[in-house]
This record gives sequence, C-alpha cells and structure tokens, in this order.
Amino acid sequence: MAAAEKQPVTGAGPLNGLLTWVDARFPLIKMWEEQWGKYVAPKNFNFWYYFGSLSAFVLVLQILTGIFLTMNYKPDAAHAFASVEYIMRDVWGGWIIRYMHSTGASAFFICIYLHMFRGLLYGSYRKPRELLWIFGMLIYLCLMAEAFFGYLLPWGQMSYWGAQVIVNLFGAVPFIGEDLSIWIRGDYVVSDATLNRFFAFHVIAIPLVLLGLVAAHLAALHEVGSNNPDGVEIKKQPKDPQTGLPLDGIYSHPYYTVKDALGVVVFLIVFSVIMFFLPEMGGYFLEYNNFIPADPLNTPQHIAPVWYFTPFYSILRAIPPLFNSQFPGVLAMGASTMILFLMPWLDRSPVKSVRYKGPVFKTALALFVIVFLLLGYLGTEPTNVWGQFGAWLGNADRATVVARICTAIYFLFFILMPWYSKIDQCKPEPARLTW
Amino acid sequence: MSDQQVDKGKRGFLMAATGVVGGVAAAATAVPFAGSMFPSERAKAAGAPVEADISKLAPGEMQIVEWRGKPVWIVNRTKEMLEGIKKSDARASDPNSDVPQQPEYAKNEYRSIKPDIVVLEGVCTHLGCSPQYKSVEAKGDMGQDWNGGFFCPCHGSKFDFAGRVFQGSPAPTNLRVPPYKFVGDAKIIIGDDTKGA
Repeated sequence: MAAAEKQPVTGAGPLNGLLTWVDARFPLIKMWEEQWGKYVAPKNFNFWYYFGSLSAFVLVLQILTGIFLTMNYKPDAAHAFASVEYIMRDVWGGWIIRYMHSTGASAFFICIYLHMFRGLLYGSYRKPRELLWIFGMLIYLCLMAEAFFGYLLPWGQMSYWGAQVIVNLFGAVPFIGEDLSIWIRGDYVVSDATLNRFFAFHVIAIPLVLLGLVAAHLAALHEVGSNNPDGVEIKKQPKDPQTGLPLDGIYSHPYYTVKDALGVVVFLIVFSVIMFFLPEMGGYFLEYNNFIPADPLNTPQHIAPVWYFTPFYSILRAIPPLFNSQFPGVLAMGASTMILFLMPWLDRSPVKSVRYKGPVFKTALALFVIVFLLLGYLGTEPTNVWGQFGAWLGNADRATVVARICTAIYFLFFILMPWYSKIDQCKPEPARLTW
Repeated sequence: MSDQQVDKGKRGFLMAATGVVGGVAAAATAVPFAGSMFPSERAKAAGAPVEADISKLAPGEMQIVEWRGKPVWIVNRTKEMLEGIKKSDARASDPNSDVPQQPEYAKNEYRSIKPDIVVLEGVCTHLGCSPQYKSVEAKGDMGQDWNGGFFCPCHGSKFDFAGRVFQGSPAPTNLRVPPYKFVGDAKIIIGDDTKGA
C-alpha cells in the first residue's frame, strides 16, 4: 500500500503525529508540495506579480463579507433598499462589512486589471499557457457577471437603471431580443422577480463557477509553471547539480510566501484608507444616485456604470445604430472583451516579454493603455462632456468622436497584432533570467 | 465466453443510443428550469390594461401613468407644440413612422388618435431609460433649433412631441405608442384597443 510507504511528517512540531495520520489517508503533503510548497517558480518576480495572489485574497474577502451581508439583506423590491440601510445603521459592525464588500468589488477589478496587464506585458498568455489565460479570461467574465448582478441588490436608482440598460442590451438581439430580455428579467420591467433571481446568481450560481475556475486556473498554472518578466522558460534550463532545480528556479515557499504576505500588508493599508475615509471614492466606487431608492418612473439625469465597466460601455455608446438596430453597438461591446481570449494566437512575436519586444509592439501596447483609460474616463461622463464640434462636423459631440477613434484603435491593437508583432525588431532573449 | 468476439459495431451503437436518449432526457429536464424564469402568472396579470382620467389634463401638460411597470406619457399638446412637430420633420429619422413602433391607428402626422392627445411609452428605444419633457422654451438647454420634445439623459437621444427620434441620436427608432383607446372624452384605456366594450 502506498500509504504505508509515506514518510512521517516532520517540521510541524506537536502536530507531526496528527498530520502523519492524515497524510496516510489523504494526499495532504502531495497537494501542498505540488500546489505551493515545492512549486518551483522563477526567481525574478517583480511588482506586477503581486496581483495574482492579491486577487485570490480579495476573493476570500468578498466571500466572507458576502456571507455576513446575506444574514441581514432582503432580496425583495419592497425591502432591499431599507435592508441595506439597516445593515449600515443598525447592525453591529454592519457598516464595515458592507464597505469592505463594496470597496472589495472595486479592489477586485483593480487587482484583476493589473494582473491581466502583467500578462500582456510579459506574454504570459503564450504557449504553453494558452489554457491558463483562457481560464483567467473566464474568471474575468464571471467577475463581471458577479459585479453586475451584485450591483442591482442595493436597489438604488443606479442599481435599477443600470440593470435596465444592461438587460435591454439583450433586447437588441435580432428576432428573439424582446422575449430574451423578458426572460432574463422574469417580468416586463426590472422588478422584484429580477432582483430575486439576480440575488440567486450573485450569492450562489456565479460564486460556485468562479471558485471552480480559480481552482482550474491554479491547477493549470502549477502544471505549466509561471512565466516571468524575461519570458524565459526556466523548465528548459539545465538543473543545478546541488538542488536539482532549474538554475533560475526557487521554491514558492518560503520565498514567495513572504513576498506575497508583504503584498497583502501593503494592500490592506491602501484598502483600509479607502474603506475608512473614502468608501464612495468620489462617486466612482459607490455612485451618489444609488443612495436614492429605485424609482421605475424616474430615470436619473446621468446613468453611468461603475468605473470597471466604463471602457466597454464607451464602446457601446460610440457605435451608431445601423438599420434601425443598436445591435452593432452591443456586438462591439461583447467583442471588445471576447477578443482578449484570442491573445495567445494573435501575438506572433518570437519573444514573450515586452523587455525583448521591438518598438512597434511597445508603441502599440502604450497606445492601447492610453485608449483603454480614455474610454474608461469617457464612459463615466455624459457624451456632451467636452461640448460639440462646430457645424463643419455636423455639431457632433466631441467626446463621441474621440470615443469612436479610441474604439477603432482598441480593435486595431488586436486585429493588426498578427502582422505587427511579426515584423517587429525584437531583441534576443537571454539564456538566464535578469532582474 | 472468453473466446467470444467483441462486436464493436453493436457496442458503439448501444453507446451512442444510450448517450442520445440520456442527452435528450437531460435537455428536457432543462425545460422547467428555463421556463421558471419567464414571467409568472402573477406578473402577467399585473401587465393588464390600466385606465387614465385625462379630464384635468391642461394644454401643455403631461400626465404619467404606469403600465406594465413602464411610464406611459399622456401629453395634451398645444397648437405651438403641434407646429413644433411639423418643424421637426426634417430632423426626424423616421418622419412618416414607417418602422412599426405604433398601432396602425397612430401611424399619422402626430402619431395619435386625436391630434392634441398623444400617448407614448416613456421608454427610450435605445436602452430603456426614461426621457425628460423639454418644452418649446427649453432652447437654452437644447439649442436654438429646438421646437419642444423629449430628451434622454442617458445617452442624449432627442425626440419631438410626437415621439419621433432625431437623426444622430443613439436611439434607433421612434418612441413606442402603446395600444390604447378612448372611452368617452375624459378616459383612456392603455394596453387595450379592442373595439366595443
């Protein structure tokens, strides 16, 4: 029997006996060593490598705070808004749990966006990490669904009208659109039925899928090994004769345990400052209109999604209707996220990391970042924020024209990538990792 | 028994048949789950027609009633407002209401049964926000060429007082006219246009 051949557990002091007993009946040590303890990672992880573990940390925070919020929240159109205020005012510690959850939502997206940008920088989506990237993208989609469903729950004006706008996006689908949006809402308008089902999706359906995907993401990562800022495969390096590890590889534990713990400490400092002093973040994390109860007969002056959706929302607004249908805009918005799935196959560069890529790719990536941020900003503002052009441009809104140009650049970054990543003048990759 | 040949063709057929039958059963099981997400009988009942009393609706005023949870506007349009609609013909993307966004009896110049009283679903055809009433005088807000109508705060769509969308708006079509009928002069039934009764 395999169990009998296992070595007794050492190094856990008084717990050695118990852990040996467990390990004889469960692959405890094997799992720990494969997934973290003896996981060999490149030695040159930098600042950008904090955001994977921070995302996992925020996920735990969201689940924990979410569970405690459901203890007092009521998913009922007549009571939802008041129950959130009840949590804020009358439940002991309710305000801090709720602010942790609402700040956590934005923090989650900050970490995920930086984590994804790290992938773009260092080519972490390239072979053999295509599936790892796809799992990551699916996590990102789940996260957007989670945020969207969750945003309806406080039942404020912005919750209500935001959901109204997004559900009506499905109404633009040709032929079945109208029925599809009624099916999603469970009513002719966003109503109690909608709130109740969004609650079910937010607290159980999506989180279950999300956790499964996170497990798959980590399993795939630990199978293929981490990329690094140089984009050099350490698994292809000769082994150190003394340790048997790749020359530039180190164990995650204790090295990256300590590094990530530092990341969590710094993160918590920043997080606490926001949570205690700026929970609304000037209307970007919690929109002011959401402190007014939902009113189906009265649309707020200006509807904007929360900041993490605004780049895609800008793309939606930028596309004019074609053939009496606004479906093209909806399609473009969908495509703007879906196209990221194709990154592993769009990038034809001979090197992975931006460090060795040529000026063309660097310029394209910089342009993409600027365009993404600009679209994000424009999505938070009304379309007339920069006024209108004169009659020579048909009195068009300046912001709309800029958003259209940005949308074009956004898509060209991806569509032209197979071409410009190939012709670029790359530098040779080193054999060993640099810092 | 052991020298018996495995009939791979038969085995493959049985596997496929079992898979298909099981798959159909699994798919059929999805029906009640997907079906449960449609509006319930109670929600459908709540979508019944509503009645509006317009006896106190003065010229130039708008009354909002709720039908199927949507705001329905009833506006008593003045001469000036009706003229504003005529002046907006050139700016409207669908001036003759060719897109079927209204019952046949409202497919006319003012998109209404009676010229002065208009009934519109106050839901922007872009993404479902509720546009705002902007009077003929709102030129400061809406520009010197404004002749009165509605303005959607979400994405800036503009409509005239017949609910016709202006060119360049994100909304693709005119505002929808719900089915309605007059009962006498002072009463409107919204959601029902059957004759008689």
